[in-house]
Formats: sequence, structure tokens, C-alpha cells
Amino acid sequence: MAKRVGLEVSLACSEAVKLANVDVIAAYPITPQTHIVEHLSELVADGHLDAEFVPVESEHSAMSACVGSSAAGARTFTSSSAQGLALMHEILFIAPALRLPIVMAVANRSLSGPISIWNDHSDIMAERDIGWIQTFAENGQEVMDLTLHAFKVAEDHRVTLPMIVNLDGFILTHVIEPIEMPSQEEVDAYLPPFEPQQKLDIANPISMGLVGVPEVYTEARKAMLDALEKSYPVIKEHWDGFAQQFGRQYNPIETHHVDDADTVLVTMGSLGETAMTAVDEMRAAGRKVGQVRIRLWRPFPSGDFLDAISGAKTLVVMDRALSPGADSGPVATEIKSLIYATGGGPYVADFVAGLSGRDVTREDFKQMVDKAEAAAAAGDPMTFEMWGVKE
Amino acid sequence: MADEGMQSWKTLALGCAMTEPGTSRSFNTGDWRGRQRPVTDREKCIKCGACYILCPDMCYSPDTEAEEEGYWIWNGFYCKGCGICIAECPKDAIEWQDEKEEDKYGQACRT
Ligand code: SF4
Ligand code: SF4
Repeated sequence: MAKRVGLEVSLACSEAVKLANVDVIAAYPITPQTHIVEHLSELVADGHLDAEFVPVESEHSAMSACVGSSAAGARTFTSSSAQGLALMHEILFIAPALRLPIVMAVANRSLSGPISIWNDHSDIMAERDIGWIQTFAENGQEVMDLTLHAFKVAEDHRVTLPMIVNLDGFILTHVIEPIEMPSQEEVDAYLPPFEPQQKLDIANPISMGLVGVPEVYTEARKAMLDALEKSYPVIKEHWDGFAQQFGRQYNPIETHHVDDADTVLVTMGSLGETAMTAVDEMRAAGRKVGQVRIRLWRPFPSGDFLDAISGAKTLVVMDRALSPGADSGPVATEIKSLIYATGGGPYVADFVAGLSGRDVTREDFKQMVDKAEAAAAAGDPMTFEMWGVKE
Repeated sequence: MADEGMQSWKTLALGCAMTEPGTSRSFNTGDWRGRQRPVTDREKCIKCGACYILCPDMCYSPDTEAEEEGYWIWNGFYCKGCGICIAECPKDAIEWQDEKEEDKYGQACRT
């Protein structure tokens, strides 16, 4: 039995990166990610982690340095949040295009304005299409586990793509939780040293990041897309391997009481745990409510998702970001298009909730379910609502 | 679009890397040129080499076959038709000349 320690979730992330024995960390501090990189910087400075810590002058430089170090064959980690992630934007597309297995923890936070340091998913939704594999953690243990898994998947030669672990700012990053810490030996057995599939090497020179003229660009994007799609079975395989070794099983889509559920709540990230409690309470009150938690956001596990909701009459999707001008939030938009392709499917109600760290309680989830079921029964147009907005 | 120079996505190197050195030599930037090419009048040329130095695609190289040494010979495979050599030649020795598609890569400036 691994040791259980009380640890701030940010530090659990840093400790996972230390256990992964990274070679290079290039990062710029930003709330609420700060403790992750601060602790890593201490670990390096104090000699507990034999790595280069590159204290860059901006996140644009952080991601650029990560691209360089990963291209040179170093196991590379960074972390950011909100405005910082946005400042990385143009380089984020380059990492998967060059097939560089960088791992990044994103401490999810709302984008300004107004200026906000609190948690929602507007930062990562703005980076939805960068081509990175993306997972979402719901608690501190998952942050630790998904970080180790990220290195394993990203560096697998069947994948060779960068990977993001999303963890909600403050709700996770600044909370102390009991965490099972694996030993170095256990992690070494799970995660072998990084063997780059291709790297910059003066003995065997190659060029990376060249121009893709119109005759090449489409094919290059297709090859990247193909790699992202083919990462799906490897992501699952390494979750299964993780379960064998550490005893905790993860799945692309996690389900809770879905089998006979008429109404299914769809969540992503830490509020899934509050929703789970709400579902348990509704179940205890005799209501056929279930829950689906999206753990793997990219590549989206469409088949798993459709299987999980196959019996549902109503979906209650919780979005934690706006897609201004669209008819629903980013998660619901995606789910609706997926369901449309099946030629039938449940009624989809979308609630944009918990913007900028505003609490979403069990009672809120119950009210969402009530509202969605009533709208579905009345045959109203599919709802989209900014939950709790003060009129 | 004609598929000249195209390659199946399945055969691209990982991350679209270039694994062979020097491949820009075989990259046809002459294809970008319109139906005009820069042609040098050697009566006016003082062999200063500005065209050789300033051409962004290194189209000019020493003309070793000319009777008199010091002249520069143009390569239509690389000339993208930017006109820099024409603008920069201190003697206005280079001018646009209409060209036919069939002799696009032929020699243009030996006189
Ligand atoms: S037109 Fe431009 S590319 Fe062509 S030879 Fe002159 S400088 Fe070079
Ligand atoms: S720039 Fe003009 S003068 Fe100078 S070498 Fe070229 S053609 Fe001759």
C-alpha cells in the first residue's frame, strides 16, 4: 500500500513531475498555477530533481523553450493558466505539428475580462483545437495519476504527441487532499526513460518546423490528426496498465448510475464530484438520474460517450465556458453535433455554470435537472442558460 | 490543383521533418514566377555582384562559360520573379522580359 500523505494538489502535481524525472521545465508563474512551478523550481534548486529549470520571461517563451528542449530529446514539462496559456497560443499548435511529447498541467482559470483569477474552463476551451491530447482531473489523486499517465502516453512511439492535464484552479490547485504517493521504484516500473522517436542530433541532422506550402500543409495536418485519433487506444491501454500497477482505473468516459437513468448530468473537471453527490441524493429520493464525466476531452471519445448516454432521455450538460454567439457552450455544442449524427438521441439542456469560480452546489444541480426535465417534457427548444445570472 | 510535388500524408516523416539535407536545392521556386523574367544586358553590366548578393533565392552564380569572366548567370529554376535584382542593379542593366512557359527554365542572360 502506497503512502498516503496530506498534500496541496499543486505540490502533488510537482511531485508527480519529479517522480517522472523530467529533464527540462520551462515555465512562467501565474495564478493559480504558481505553486506547481514554484515547488518544481525549489526541487531543482535544492538538488532533489536533476533537471534544467528555465525561468523564462513569458509564457510564449516557456512554450518555445519546451518545443526546443523536447525537439532535442529531453523529457519536458510546463504548466500555465488563463492569460499565460493564451500567451502560449501560437506555439501550442506547433508542438503537436512537430510531434513533440511535451506534458503540461493547465490550472484552469477564466480569461479576462473582467480580470479574474478564479476557476472556469474558458482558458482551455480557447485552446480546444491546438491538437494536444487533453484530460481532466477531478481531485488531487487524479492530478498525480493523470500527470504520470500523460508522460507515458505522450512519449509512446505510437503517439508522440503533447498532452495536457487540466486541473481546476483553486478548487484543486490550492486544496490539501490525502494523496497516495507512489514510490520512485513503482513510477520507474511504469514510466521508462524517455526514448525520443526523433530528435535534433548533430550526428544525424534533420530539420524540424519547415514551411508547409499549399502542396504539403493539408497532408501534414492530416498526419497530425491521424496521430491524435490513433492515440485513443494507447491512452486506454496505459490507463489499464496504470490500474494494474497502482490499482486505480481510469476511463475516457466515467459513468455513475447511467444504466437505468432517464436524465444524465454531463460534467468535466472537479465539479463532477459535487454533481456525483447530487446524483446520489436524487437517486436516494427515487429519481432515475445518472452522471457522465468526460475525462478524455481530446481526442473526444465519441463511441464511449454515446454508449454511456444510450438510455438517456434528457442530458443536462454543464459547460464552464461561454462560446459567445453560438447556441450553446463548447461542450454542449460538441455533444449536440455528436448526437445529431446518430439521427435521434436525447434532449440536451445546456447550463453554463461556475464561471470565474462561482460556486455550483448540489442544489444547483438538482434545479438544473428539474428545469431540463420540465423543458424536455414540454418539448421546449433545447435550452441554453447562463446559470444563476442575477437579473 | 495538379499534384506535382505532392506526397501522401502517410509517407511524410514524423512531424513533417526534413530528414535529408540540402533539399531546398530541388525546390522549384521558379514556379512562382509570372510570365516575365529578369534579363541582364551585359553591355551595361559592370560585374559589381549586387544581383548575386541581393537575390533572396541565390539565382545568380558566376558564369564560367562566358568568354569574359566576372559575369553572373541566372537560374530560372529558382527565380521567383521578385524583381529585387532589377531594382538594385546600379546600372539598370537588368530588365523584365516576357517569357514563354516552355522555356521558363532556359538561360536568359547570356549576350
Ligand atoms: S527577380 Fe528576384 S528571385 Fe529572380 S533573380 Fe532577381 S532577385 Fe533573384
Ligand atoms: S547588379 Fe547589375 S551591374 Fe551589378 S553584376 Fe548584377 S547585373 Fe551587373
